[in-house]
Amino acid sequence: MTQESLYIIASIGLFGIGLYGVIVAPHILRKILAINIMSVGVFMLLVVSASNMNSTPDPVLHAMVLTGIVVAIAGTALALLLAVKIHTLSRDSDKDDH
Amino acid sequence: MFKTPEFKENNHANELPFATRILCATAIGALGLGLIFALILSENISSSLPALVQQNLTQSGVQNPVTAVLLNFRSYDTLLEIGVLLTVAIAMLPNSNFNSDINPHMPGGSRLVSVVNSAPVNPPLEALLRWLIPMIIVMAGYMLWTGAALPGGAFQSGALLAGAGVLAQLSGRLQFCFTSTTAKLLLTIGLITFVMVAVGVATTTGVILQYPLELAAPLILLIETAATLSIAAILLLSYNTLATQTFESSSEPSVFDKQPSALSETSAPNETLQSQTAEGPKP
Repeated sequence: MTQESLYIIASIGLFGIGLYGVIVAPHILRKILAINIMSVGVFMLLVVSASNMNSTPDPVLHAMVLTGIVVAIAGTALALLLAVKIHTLSRDSDKDDH
Repeated sequence: MFKTPEFKENNHANELPFATRILCATAIGALGLGLIFALILSENISSSLPALVQQNLTQSGVQNPVTAVLLNFRSYDTLLEIGVLLTVAIAMLPNSNFNSDINPHMPGGSRLVSVVNSAPVNPPLEALLRWLIPMIIVMAGYMLWTGAALPGGAFQSGALLAGAGVLAQLSGRLQFCFTSTTAKLLLTIGLITFVMVAVGVATTTGVILQYPLELAAPLILLIETAATLSIAAILLLSYNTLATQTFESSSEPSVFDKQPSALSETSAPNETLQSQTAEGPKP
């Protein structure tokens, strides 16, 4: 059991927790958070594999993680905005029904 | 398997049945175990990319290999990423509080930053912010500059600047309006500069985004400065939009049903603030 395998287990664990949350959690905010946990797991795996190839970390993977974090933030913001829209519109349709 | 997303908590009817959840957990656990064993037992895949980056680092114009990859070797990625950010900004803009929901004294769409004089005074908070915000701005400038040689760069710097903006907005003293011309310029300047540089260098080197050797360092600094401003503005716009979404009580018509011109006349600012603090997303 090396240090790297510990990090690999942790990152896959985070990915699994996120995947479970996306499927099972009923609340849309929990789903968005679960997708974020999934992406954190993927970033962690990328950082680990950047470290174990050479004595110096792989800068290509680090750049990829940096890009990924920014895109994940943008995606989360968009998802939250859509969640607000779903909330508003579904409440309005509820009102029309009754 | 997927149910309609719900907003109501404490509603067990929306949860998946127990057996389905156990099945999901088992399947994901098996997938995870398989991935772990595959990754641990696999040979270390040696990549030629780190060596390639080290060899060509002197031609990139910067000393930090991550910055060299981001803005020189794979600058297409960064260009598209700023495009993604701008797309999110465009999605955010129609929903931002360009009307005087929160600050009724601000004429909508005139200036990027306006001071709210009617905000309740909180002396310790203001004294802290008067120190913190200039320091964060200086720190962001340092992060931008140091990205050439050490960890840092446009994204870190932009995140710091956006943090300063969030602090200023949380204090209640400053109000941002992202439909002003200055704001639109800030939101787009990153992509505009990047595309102009990409096309401009193609006239000399013949290849899009391949910088001339002697101009690589100043061009990267130019792109990073513009990208920092855009990233900070887009992150702050996203925060601003999401934090000021209002969830009125069910007796009131939705804010999205009204025309934007009618919005400022009908919604009293106090009610909006109260309903926001009661039900709105906590920053």
